[in-house]
Amino acid sequence: MVATAANVASAQMDHRLLMERSVPGRVGVTLPGSDVPAQALPDAAMLRQDLYLPEVTEGEVVRYFTNLSQLNFSVDTNFYPLGSCTMKYNPKVNDWAAGLAGFAHAHPMQSDRQMQGTLEVMHRLQGYLAELTGMAGVSLTPLAGAHGELAGVLMIRAALQARGQGHRKKMLIPESAHGTNPASAAMSGYHVVSIPSDKNGDIDLDAVRREAGDDLAGVMFTQPTTLGLFDRNAEEMCRIVHGAGGLVYGDGANMNALLGRVKLGHLGFDVVHLNLHKTFSTPHGGGGPGAGPVCVTEELAPFLPGPVVSAQPSESGARYALTKPPRSIGRVGGYQGNFGVLVRAFTYITLLGGQGMRDISANAVLNANYLKARLRPLFDLPFDRPVMHEVVFSARKRKGARAIDVSKRLLDYGFHAPTMYFPLVVDEALMIEPTETESKETLDAFVDALRRIDEEAAADEHFLHGAPYTTPISRLDEAKAARQPYLRWKRE
Amino acid sequence: MTLQPLTSPYIPNTEAERAELLRAVGARSVDDLFHDIPEGHRNPPLEMPAPLSEMELRAELQRLSEKNFHAGKHPSFLGAGVYHHYTPAAIAPLVLRGEFLTSYTPYQPEVSQGTLQGTFEFQTMTAQLLGMEVANAGMYDGGTALAEAALMACRVTKRYKVAVVDTVNPHYVEAIRTYASPQGIDVYAIPAGATSLQADTACVVAQYPNFLGYVEDVRALADLAHGAGALLCTANDPVAMALFRSPGSFGVDIATAEAQALGVPPSFGGPFVGMFACKSEYVRQMPGRIAGRTTDAQGRSGYVLTLQPREQHIRRERATSNICTSTALIALWSTIYVALMGKRGLRHVAELCYQKAHYAASEIAKLPGYRLPVGGTFFQEFVVSCPRPPAEVSLAMEEAGIIGGYDVSDRVPNGLLLCVTEVNTKAQIDKLVSVLGGLR
Repeated sequence: MVATAANVASAQMDHRLLMERSVPGRVGVTLPGSDVPAQALPDAAMLRQDLYLPEVTEGEVVRYFTNLSQLNFSVDTNFYPLGSCTMKYNPKVNDWAAGLAGFAHAHPMQSDRQMQGTLEVMHRLQGYLAELTGMAGVSLTPLAGAHGELAGVLMIRAALQARGQGHRKKMLIPESAHGTNPASAAMSGYHVVSIPSDKNGDIDLDAVRREAGDDLAGVMFTQPTTLGLFDRNAEEMCRIVHGAGGLVYGDGANMNALLGRVKLGHLGFDVVHLNLHKTFSTPHGGGGPGAGPVCVTEELAPFLPGPVVSAQPSESGARYALTKPPRSIGRVGGYQGNFGVLVRAFTYITLLGGQGMRDISANAVLNANYLKARLRPLFDLPFDRPVMHEVVFSARKRKGARAIDVSKRLLDYGFHAPTMYFPLVVDEALMIEPTETESKETLDAFVDALRRIDEEAAADEHFLHGAPYTTPISRLDEAKAARQPYLRWKRE
Repeated sequence: MTLQPLTSPYIPNTEAERAELLRAVGARSVDDLFHDIPEGHRNPPLEMPAPLSEMELRAELQRLSEKNFHAGKHPSFLGAGVYHHYTPAAIAPLVLRGEFLTSYTPYQPEVSQGTLQGTFEFQTMTAQLLGMEVANAGMYDGGTALAEAALMACRVTKRYKVAVVDTVNPHYVEAIRTYASPQGIDVYAIPAGATSLQADTACVVAQYPNFLGYVEDVRALADLAHGAGALLCTANDPVAMALFRSPGSFGVDIATAEAQALGVPPSFGGPFVGMFACKSEYVRQMPGRIAGRTTDAQGRSGYVLTLQPREQHIRRERATSNICTSTALIALWSTIYVALMGKRGLRHVAELCYQKAHYAASEIAKLPGYRLPVGGTFFQEFVVSCPRPPAEVSLAMEEAGIIGGYDVSDRVPNGLLLCVTEVNTKAQIDKLVSVLGGLR
């Protein structure tokens, strides 16, 4: 078996937790003494007597976390074709920008006049995102994709109430949708009705028509869909929903396919959220931070979550200002968005320009179609159409090589697994998204690995069940983790 | 011939390779691949700027960042929920390691043990700092953590009224209202000294230390809530928790905190991370991700995301929250901060904040026309009643090259909220006092 870097690192690694490394008296930082006259502390009864924290040196901390990092796969170290997550290369200049002193030290409660630099970045970014989606208004405040969904659906709710249509409580969501869609709809007080796809993988328009009554609030729709297809019925679906008095929410998780190719506003969407941590190359950080700006039509703009950045000529030099939209749904978080993420996306868009946006979608879609063509002999393809930025196969074909087995074995070959068992509508789904930043050599090596895995399964139908073999650990007992939750270090 | 710019540094496909890929796909052009888009909407004009080289871009960003009047250059006495603390040099190089920075949510635990064990450390640290039994992997920020705590209390008690103490950060109160209203949850305000609640109240929401920097009587709030069959949810400052008694020690049911204070740059409001902890009996009602320890087939110990039936990808519309991508990297940042500080360092930082803030307050109180109108014990923030409107005072501070003060004149006449932490030297404090003394 091949010994991977991660495997070797793990074998040599000291796995003890910080509290298990703690030695009383050690410290990892120098701090000054007090330079002011001593002040009396409050009554001892108010003070902490039971503070248990680790005591370790800086060198120990650095070695521990460096070793931990080496147990991870990442875009910087591995091909990471995790479908619907757009794991593209994250340019280093983005991180440099976020770390600039003038940005990193900017306090969110400072006056607009003191913060013209950050506000200009945000205003220009609002403009770029409005242009790319064909929308009238943008709020950068949502802190992740699902947070943008929540904000978007709350705006639909507010707009319907403003129309005197607050009684509408039904939200249509395709069966193939990401789980955050129904969860966000429920958090917004909506009742979810699931809509199937037709035989071509597009949304079933007859099903939409059947639900398009006076109780319809709207639809939450991902374009391209989670099947990796551009839904050809989307425009008609928007017409039906609008005709019935509802509004259309667009989940922009898959925008990497559409940059510069179509503006969702032109298809009839009323609100769209974008995932800056997918489409606009800001790093995922092992599960965030993200940013989920919402882009809306003229009608919905007054309801945007606040604050947004507005621009007007001003004598005091405060051209940009934080303002609360007139009928805002309110704040969705503490401040005005994840600026450290926003400035990374701004950096990316500014470097690439308009033509760069089209180059992204062109190469992302081309790479996905290439993988589709190369992998067709190995897997079932539920919908045989040109795909967008990703392709969904089914691994139901071969015994001994279920989606999970193929996924786990890929880890041994140094590739992160595709998204597996999603979308739910495809049996044994493997959802593969290569992105535009991967080379043909990498895609070919990935195809070769899948071919070899197919051969391994054919030779021994039990072999893949034990995979992965070379990673720091093998498959973990998740049932045990849930049955006997051990969620923090505790003194024995 | 004029030299043309070099572009597209992030896309490997050359023109020749694109032709090769197209042949394999069986398409004539890239545009063919987009034929499912209605023709009238395909390839719309884009009004976007021309590309910039990295060299030009960096000059532009440097220029924009320097337009800010910022705490990298000027002393700051502004807090109000976001705090300037010293960030040890060892944190950024670790957090910016590509293996942490560019990995996804740990869906494949076999190749994500770094992220997962780091998350487990964050949960341990959160529980220890807040004196609570269990904690999750973190929320977007302190405001959303508190809002989700209120929603969770409603799920636990099956009641739909939330009493918010009027000294909670007003931005957090707004977030609570945004989250609560669509679910038909009624949010009402109570004073810190309230002795009764409306019938069927799910929880009392308080802040400790409160928005104005003062220590609430958490014991009394816990008695108030529990006496009415309600839970007590708190927002806390994690640095203050190294000096003052923990929320857990008062019987708080759900404790949250804005972990930005743990050495995370203010960054104009984010990314931050919300700490979220509760009593273990409520663990299955928690929102967000949770890492747990288990074993593999060889009996080796490892970490996985666990208790997932609470979550959106399994439970869909019946999930405890819609959270997917959260803010793992900032959780890692704050964990490394606490590891470096350790037990003694964090207490030292907290005591420095306390000492310097009390020195500043006592000096300002000596100035004619200035008073400290709020009674009680404070940590590192306090309210000053000024002889002039706070907006004018802040402007005078700006002219003297000082950032700060948050205007709380809506609560206290001519009230200015000042914050002093370990990063403020005595010389800076003395300058502040002298600037304030120059105003009449």
